[in-house]
Amino acid sequence: MSAAAGSPMLLFTDIDEPGLSTLEVYERRGGYLSLRKALTMTPEEVLEQLKMSGLRGRGGAGFAMGTKVSFLPKGSMDKYLVCNADESEPGTFKDRELMQKTPHSLIEGIVIAAFAAGTNRAFIYIRGEYQLQADILDAALHEAHSAGYVGENILDSGLSLSLVVHRGAGAYICGEETGLLDSLEGKRGNPRLKPPFPAIQGLYQGPTLINNVETLSTVPSIIQMSGEEYAKLGVETSTGTKLVSVSGHVKRPGNYEVELGVPSREIIYGLAGGPPDGREVKCWFPGGSSSPVLKGEDLDVPYDFDSLAKAGSMLGSGAIIVVDDSTPILDVAMKTAKFYRHESCGKCTPCREGTNWTVKMLERIDAGEATPMDLDIMASVQEHIIGNCLCVLGDAMAMPIGSMIAKFRDEFEAHMEERRLAHA
Amino acid sequence: MTAVRRFEHDRSKIGQHVPGWDQPADLEKEPAEVPDPATTPVPEDLRAQIEAHMANYPDRRSATLPALAAAQRVHGWCSPEAIEQVACVMRVTPAYLDSVATFYDMLETSPVGRHSVYVCTNISCSLCGADELYEAMLAAVEDSPDVNVRSFECLGACDIAPMASVDGVYVGPLTPSDVPQLLEDLRAERPILPDKQLARRLVADPRANSSEFPLHPIEGGR
Repeated sequence: MSAAAGSPMLLFTDIDEPGLSTLEVYERRGGYLSLRKALTMTPEEVLEQLKMSGLRGRGGAGFAMGTKVSFLPKGSMDKYLVCNADESEPGTFKDRELMQKTPHSLIEGIVIAAFAAGTNRAFIYIRGEYQLQADILDAALHEAHSAGYVGENILDSGLSLSLVVHRGAGAYICGEETGLLDSLEGKRGNPRLKPPFPAIQGLYQGPTLINNVETLSTVPSIIQMSGEEYAKLGVETSTGTKLVSVSGHVKRPGNYEVELGVPSREIIYGLAGGPPDGREVKCWFPGGSSSPVLKGEDLDVPYDFDSLAKAGSMLGSGAIIVVDDSTPILDVAMKTAKFYRHESCGKCTPCREGTNWTVKMLERIDAGEATPMDLDIMASVQEHIIGNCLCVLGDAMAMPIGSMIAKFRDEFEAHMEERRLAHA
Repeated sequence: MTAVRRFEHDRSKIGQHVPGWDQPADLEKEPAEVPDPATTPVPEDLRAQIEAHMANYPDRRSATLPALAAAQRVHGWCSPEAIEQVACVMRVTPAYLDSVATFYDMLETSPVGRHSVYVCTNISCSLCGADELYEAMLAAVEDSPDVNVRSFECLGACDIAPMASVDGVYVGPLTPSDVPQLLEDLRAERPILPDKQLARRLVADPRANSSEFPLHPIEGGR
């Protein structure tokens, strides 16, 4: 059971069919027909389909994919397409599943997107830890190359595309698009100042389209069913289906494909089974550990981009982490803050120092040395990080920590008092 | 030698990407140049791998990460010798490669055991008991320097939490009681806990990750 009852499956159709990662099986179930269809159209027509679909980026920012493609300048300069497969947002594991089970969907999506964007070089930047998935992608790419779906003069259309699987080496920040570009150029993965945005000046200073694995893997379905039909799925400003990675305190953690706009309760309780018996949802991250936490009372919020934004959080990468009432909020805050401290690249002061001090202050609470005023200071540190750095890594800590202080202040204070008495 | 003492710094506490700033700098030493191919022997196999990587990109420096990873497979870590060899083939300075190698968690800048065990201790895994697993793993390898156990940030497998990546093979969900078998498999160079490998997990199985772990042939796995 991968989807809510009655909801359509696009990305996860026959996902567990043995051998789906091979070209033979993928073609047998209609693979690469979308590419053939796209090549009978003009790049503008393909772009129009992508725009009509309303597909929003699945990596975290939720930017409309068709619009992003149209930002690339026309002309014959070197342009690049980079697939962001550096899936490192804590709680997220949907791209891993796609690359492992159906790598050809991704390759097909990349070729179609490259055709629409007019690029002839593409890279898949996959995180170094995903060795199995990178090996599978390499094998699939080799097959696609031999069959003429990638390389020179694809299917006699005149389109040429070189595609390289590039393995990272373990750094969360390389999932940030400009950090990724620097890393792909062979440097430390430090984010760049924006603007110029990558669509204008990205990889090797050329216009670059960067999309997430899930976004690109959705492209073949859009071409197959038409953008108009795709836009009928989901809700008005969040069209289509989404893979949701559910983890933490649930009975059936895993990836589920849902139509955007379903109630969050349906995903957490209906699909993932909810927290263990006798426990209640204390809080949940709707979109990876970077998203502000929501409480149990928010479970009826529809799971789509705008509803979650309205509820004060975000859909992010589509990773729901459930925390039940057996876990102190301080532990959750500490894990989250320590992660961002470790992964801060150190380029911008608010993030480098802010993540560091947040951890120190949380440790002070645990050591019984804090006073309630420290919570105010900690909250103000978070406010001073947001919007003041080159990238959003600092914000990614500040938003959840800020929301935890706001929503669980009583618990923080009780914890503080308890530790103080214990150490007195 | 003029040694400049830097601020004493506990890396385990700061936890950020700033290794080396507590080490004294030798201000009189000339910076290392691009190594001379005539005096730098490079294993043929490694050279071929690095050259193949460089051919993949418009700019040869893009091959830095795959080249360092290849050198690490040969030398066990990014030793000065490994860095020298990569620098020689790529025609870049060793300092440039050092700057890159120190940034990434998977590139080792000090000698480590032959086998690596990354235990994910991020939020989802720790909610499911990863911290106990990590402690058990550390205790079990206390006197075996051949296994390098380290806690790692989210490895992207929260569906099999708590989990570990053992020489690149994802296994989970693990309990501290799985540790002896895991290490035995590792030392005997057998497949690691075959029933718990991610490679055989079904997506669409409601029992997935329950006690009835589904058996599925390993595809593309090792």
